[in-house]
Amino acid sequence: MSPTILLFLAQDGVMNGAVYALLGVTLVLLFTVTRVIFVAQGAFVAWGALTMAALENGAVPGTALLLVGFGLAAAVVDLLRARGRLSGRRLGLIAGRDIVLPLALLALDTALAPLKPGMAVDVLLTLALIIPMGPLVYRLAFQPLADASVLILFIAAIGVHLAMTGLGLAVFGAEGSRIDPMVAGVVPVGPIVVKLQSFAVLGVTAAVMAGLFVFFERTLLGKALRATAVNRLGARLVGVRVDGAARTAFALAAGIGAVSGVLIGPLTTVAYDTGFLIGLKGFVAAIIAGLASYPLTALAAVAIGLLESYSAFFASAFKEVIVFSIIIPFLLWRSFAHGAPADEEEE
Amino acid sequence: MRAASPRLIGLAAVALMGVAPLLPFTPAFWITLAGYAGLSSLVAIGLVLLTGVGGMTSFGQAAFVGFGAYTTAVLTTSFGFSPWATLPVSLLTTGLAALAIGLVTVRLSGHYLPLGTIAWGISFFYLFGNLAALGGYDGIGGIPPIRIGPWDLVDARAIYYLIWLFVLIAVVLSHNLLDSRMGRAIRALRGGGAFAESFGVDTAEAKLVVFVYAGLLAGLSGWLYAHVQRSVSPSPFGLSAGIEYLLMAVLGGSGYVLGGVVGAGVVAVLNDQLQNGLPKLIEGGGNLDAIVFGILLVAALQFARAGLWPMLRRLGPPAAPKSVDLSAPPLPRTPPPDKGAPLLEVEGVSKRFGGLVAVNDVSFSVRGGEIVGLIGPNGAGKSTTFNLLTGVTSATSGAIRFRGERIDRLPARKIAERGIARTFQHVKLVPGMTVLENVAIGAHLRARVGALSSLFRLDRAREAEIIAEAARQIARVGLAEHMHKPAGSLALGQARVAEIARALCLDPALLLLDEPAAGLRFAEKKQLAELLKRLRAEGTSILLVEHDMDFVMTLTDHIVVLDFGAKIAEGAPKIVAESPVVLEAYLGGVE
Repeated sequence: MSPTILLFLAQDGVMNGAVYALLGVTLVLLFTVTRVIFVAQGAFVAWGALTMAALENGAVPGTALLLVGFGLAAAVVDLLRARGRLSGRRLGLIAGRDIVLPLALLALDTALAPLKPGMAVDVLLTLALIIPMGPLVYRLAFQPLADASVLILFIAAIGVHLAMTGLGLAVFGAEGSRIDPMVAGVVPVGPIVVKLQSFAVLGVTAAVMAGLFVFFERTLLGKALRATAVNRLGARLVGVRVDGAARTAFALAAGIGAVSGVLIGPLTTVAYDTGFLIGLKGFVAAIIAGLASYPLTALAAVAIGLLESYSAFFASAFKEVIVFSIIIPFLLWRSFAHGAPADEEEE
Repeated sequence: MRAASPRLIGLAAVALMGVAPLLPFTPAFWITLAGYAGLSSLVAIGLVLLTGVGGMTSFGQAAFVGFGAYTTAVLTTSFGFSPWATLPVSLLTTGLAALAIGLVTVRLSGHYLPLGTIAWGISFFYLFGNLAALGGYDGIGGIPPIRIGPWDLVDARAIYYLIWLFVLIAVVLSHNLLDSRMGRAIRALRGGGAFAESFGVDTAEAKLVVFVYAGLLAGLSGWLYAHVQRSVSPSPFGLSAGIEYLLMAVLGGSGYVLGGVVGAGVVAVLNDQLQNGLPKLIEGGGNLDAIVFGILLVAALQFARAGLWPMLRRLGPPAAPKSVDLSAPPLPRTPPPDKGAPLLEVEGVSKRFGGLVAVNDVSFSVRGGEIVGLIGPNGAGKSTTFNLLTGVTSATSGAIRFRGERIDRLPARKIAERGIARTFQHVKLVPGMTVLENVAIGAHLRARVGALSSLFRLDRAREAEIIAEAARQIARVGLAEHMHKPAGSLALGQARVAEIARALCLDPALLLLDEPAAGLRFAEKKQLAELLKRLRAEGTSILLVEHDMDFVMTLTDHIVVLDFGAKIAEGAPKIVAESPVVLEAYLGGVE
């Protein structure tokens, strides 16, 4: 066991940990604002990476079609629920947001993809496709259940995970893809060399965290989300639209998921179901932090990354067993130290 | 013409399932499919008890199927055991695993519990796949079929009968378990179940019982699966399988044993149709099932949260009410305390929450055969005092004695054992259970009969005694006509009275009533007052928190007045009513 290997494992762990941190923080954000334990977050990661890969190959990504499908479904649900009592303005909003926008994005992708417009445009197109999916998923799966218990929402999230994984397989196929690094090359750090992409991962993670901090501390919308997280009824009483806050949270989640996908895409081969395990590890971190604290989640995520990296080396067969078992003592501790988190509500 | 009884319809269904495979026009693959549905049914039935009835959502049941399957796979292929010999070993292994995992898992609260099941669900999948002794991800092949006499059960028909025989047994046993003393404790777990502790129910034990029971059914399914499939590998025991089992329970109706069977059947047929029946609609083919199952799960939660079974059940005749045999011998009673002897003594009790002193150095006592009222304005500390007496919270300082014994450090369950019964300010009845079953929880401590004997109906004599006692107490409080209604259908006042009947089932020496008259109409209040006077005459002591002054003044022998956590007055009703301090506390001082 040389210090070089130790150091190499450490950089690997920290890097993975940074991605888990992005996911963990997103899960905390979603849970506090919407009470949804969103196990399907990993799908956004996979879709982000795979959309990017498709664009790099000059193909129209399957997510463009999915977005159109989601939009149509949401429009139909909205029309059925409203039963003709729709104002012209609302009708226009539904048509614009759920039908015209996805179709426009599909047209844009169809026009631009064959031109291979370069990385920056690819990233923008990827974000433009994935971000609107967040609110649509919320609209279709969770909004009708907004008053249900955490447990019901959790089971629904499991259903969403199943469906999104299946859809991912349907539009992207079972083959994994790797995307071009944002920054190529390596730099020597002491005895080891580190890919520049790794620094990009750390940098972007830090930037997203900082962005979230500014968003929650300095903007009215961010504060509205925080108010919703603290007390849904109270937020509603002071004029925060809870559904709107939830949509925003899901848009953020989808966006951060897509960014994570773009970040890890060059470092590892991403397939339709890669996101689930990555998401779950972010999840372990979020749980360790009690699904409440952002900084703690980030810290725990890095710890998980390191644990995984070292156990992959020392007991590679049991890597996943170790990473997922670590959650149990923390769940116990949370259960004892903080009592029942949601026992009061009864479905 | 008399409507067919549910029992008769059940028998007809069993007969149909028995005959169907013998009919010449039944396609062979249907029989195979039905066999697999039966295997899933076993797991889903366990999951119904665990999730829908016991309130513990598990995504990890597939791991227990794995325990059962791998145990027999290893023993039959490597050690030459015969399949039947491994059945008890498979069940034992699964049971011990469930016990060990359950000891940790049932202590998780709220949504931490399902998260925990995901964690060990995934862990066991990777463990199965990485242990060389279990054949790694390739698994173990060449498992012998089950033999009955000279016959190997390899034919789909033969296997079908064996599987569904086990399903039938599981359905009957599960019904027996739910319709028993332990079953009522399990059904009270949902939504926390902390109230059941106040009637002596060990909720941790009840959770563990249902957890192990669900694990055993999964293990049985795994044992069968190994010999039907003749090979095992990790993938059917992973998280996705665990999710699919939960889908079956939710879809079929997670609150009903037969919901598990219906759900398993629907999912098996869907699986088959999606994988084989439909043309491959989209590129990637065989993944349509995941999409449909995912959407189905969400849709079921949005539109039919109770599942399919209750809809089907409504087509049939209503279930017969639980039979009550009033000639059953009465449950043992403890003699009431002597009239006038000190029963409950509260000595200098304080409770601080951080800097807030909720109860400050309060002392009073309740004697045998006496009704004591605890009154005070809002925020006076009445509820906290009540919680201290019933073991919900523990006092910061001071002592509480009951019949001379310190009870201030005892948990609610132990306080109940000593003969203190309570009602709740916010009614805590299990809405889906009948009034009779709810009240019977009160008699939990008076007829100790375990889960095992209830599985095999060896508990019927004691059960009859419990039910008779519950029926008597219901009649006593005047709710006899509502006995067989679900508790959720009672008006608030009636629900409060039902809580009193439940408390009386404990045969209490001291009855603690938290605002018993709130929500009652005038006539109901009069009836309640009469009842409480009768109880007092029989020797039961009563301590009640109440806001209705007329009620308190005419009923009680002694009143304790609290204000801002401290006792400000005490004495006979008349004296307290004229006390200037009390008037000032209630109405404000004269400027």
